[in-house]
Amino acid sequence: MNYNWNWSIFFDQSPEGTGTYADMLLSGLQWTIVTALCAWVIAFFLGSLVGVLRTLPSKTANAIGTTYVEIFRNVPLLVQMFLWYFVLPEVLPRQLGDAVKQMPDAPFYTAVVCLGFFTASRVAEQVRAGIQALPRGQRMAGTAMGFTTYQTYRYVLLPNAYRIILPPLTSEFLNNLKNTSVALTIGLLELTGRARSMQEFSFQVFEAFTAATILYVLINLVVVVAATFLERAVAIPGQR
Amino acid sequence: MQFDYARRGVAAALGLSLALAPLAATAEDLTGTLKKVKDTGAITIGYRDSSVPFSYLGGDEKPIGYAMDICYKIADAVKAKLGLPKLEVKLNPVTSATRIPLMANGTIDLECGSTTNNADRQKQVSFTNSHFLTATRFVSKKANNLHTIEDLKGKTVVSTSGTTNIRQINEVNTEKKLGLTILPAKDHAEAFLMVETGRAVAFVMDDVLLASLVASSKEPGAYEISKEALSKPEPYGIMLRKDDAPFKAVADEATAKLYTSPEGKALYDKWFTQPIPPRNINLNLPMSDEMKKQFTKPIDSPDPAAY
Repeated sequence: MNYNWNWSIFFDQSPEGTGTYADMLLSGLQWTIVTALCAWVIAFFLGSLVGVLRTLPSKTANAIGTTYVEIFRNVPLLVQMFLWYFVLPEVLPRQLGDAVKQMPDAPFYTAVVCLGFFTASRVAEQVRAGIQALPRGQRMAGTAMGFTTYQTYRYVLLPNAYRIILPPLTSEFLNNLKNTSVALTIGLLELTGRARSMQEFSFQVFEAFTAATILYVLINLVVVVAATFLERAVAIPGQR
Repeated sequence: MQFDYARRGVAAALGLSLALAPLAATAEDLTGTLKKVKDTGAITIGYRDSSVPFSYLGGDEKPIGYAMDICYKIADAVKAKLGLPKLEVKLNPVTSATRIPLMANGTIDLECGSTTNNADRQKQVSFTNSHFLTATRFVSKKANNLHTIEDLKGKTVVSTSGTTNIRQINEVNTEKKLGLTILPAKDHAEAFLMVETGRAVAFVMDDVLLASLVASSKEPGAYEISKEALSKPEPYGIMLRKDDAPFKAVADEATAKLYTSPEGKALYDKWFTQPIPPRNINLNLPMSDEMKKQFTKPIDSPDPAAY
């Protein structure tokens, strides 16, 4: 290897004039975290709704849920980003489309919505799996108690289903966090995007991507630890 | 008979010594890339897939371009210098993110594209004599009537993230208090798409890249490139490994010879003022005064003021 290692590069001023290279990466990390959290809010609520739709007795509801999941799960995330960012404003009415284009921080909002909708399709599958993993008797018991469908889901099925799917949901959250890097293609200045600009400016490729890797691993470890605590906190005593 | 044998013997000895002469002269002091090329009988050129007209994939998926032609000349010079009967030229695609690691680990020996030669980058790699000079300008739709930097005031502009250009527009923005919204795009094609779709009113970039994007767009007549430049012309160079003086000397000599000969001018015209494959677009970029100067007296300085 004919490579000039320079680990002190992080303390050099970045040519953007807004601080050091380390500041640049940390600001990227901030965008990554904020994007992931906002997208997760959409993913969790929309995903739960769609997952429930797929388990309802209504055929129409099943069809809507299945269509949603298949559309958003089968189209590559990168393509979805482009569709949301470049195609959506063109199909909207002209005035609205122009307003969307001129919106400040458009890449951020687009990334949140796109990632939220994409991850929702995956969360929906987890939720459906969780509900279907429960013994059928639970639903019947709810009905026998005189619960409405809403009450059966709210008080019987969902509390149990969420506990079952907590581990795969953690994986989904981690995926969601890492998927934010796809948003660099629409100009979101997240961690991977910042590592890329750092290597373009300084030509210190390995340092830039090592730092980004470490930051991703650290933040994911925090998520994993938090998820473990959450699992313990909500576990039903005596179960499993 | 006797005479004949003797003559053959002399001829054989002469031939042998001729063949060995370059070997003997250089075998001991060969280092770095030259040694590698000698040992393997091959040189690897890194090319870009869409850096029109410097290095890009032509119609048959083979890389072609202005910088590629120059690199083949360098390869010829290396072959002559080492006295190799045959030199295999391997081609390896690179991107802006992979060019440094591939250069450092020895996968590629020359990077032929549109890489800006600047002082920061010289800490990591070397560059041969600059093969092009480009200034930062902006492209916008003619319909928007934007001609000077002042005209952009308060508007949204785009540039490619990680380039020197986005840094320059940031500086100008602060300096002249223009209140611009500056979007970073992933690559040049996407940045241009933002102007095409109206996400941004202008794309700030190297003028030569803008010219090629406009020329290959759906409606080349709908765009204009600003006369006003944001920077002095910056040099593009062919990238080599750092601290490899013997190889750089060969490359510098070969490029200097090419640029100062009439062939250099012809090569420039072939790629910048005539229709180029695959779609026969014409960039219409006659040689600037700085370029003429560079081709009379080639230099490899990273400093724009030197040109």
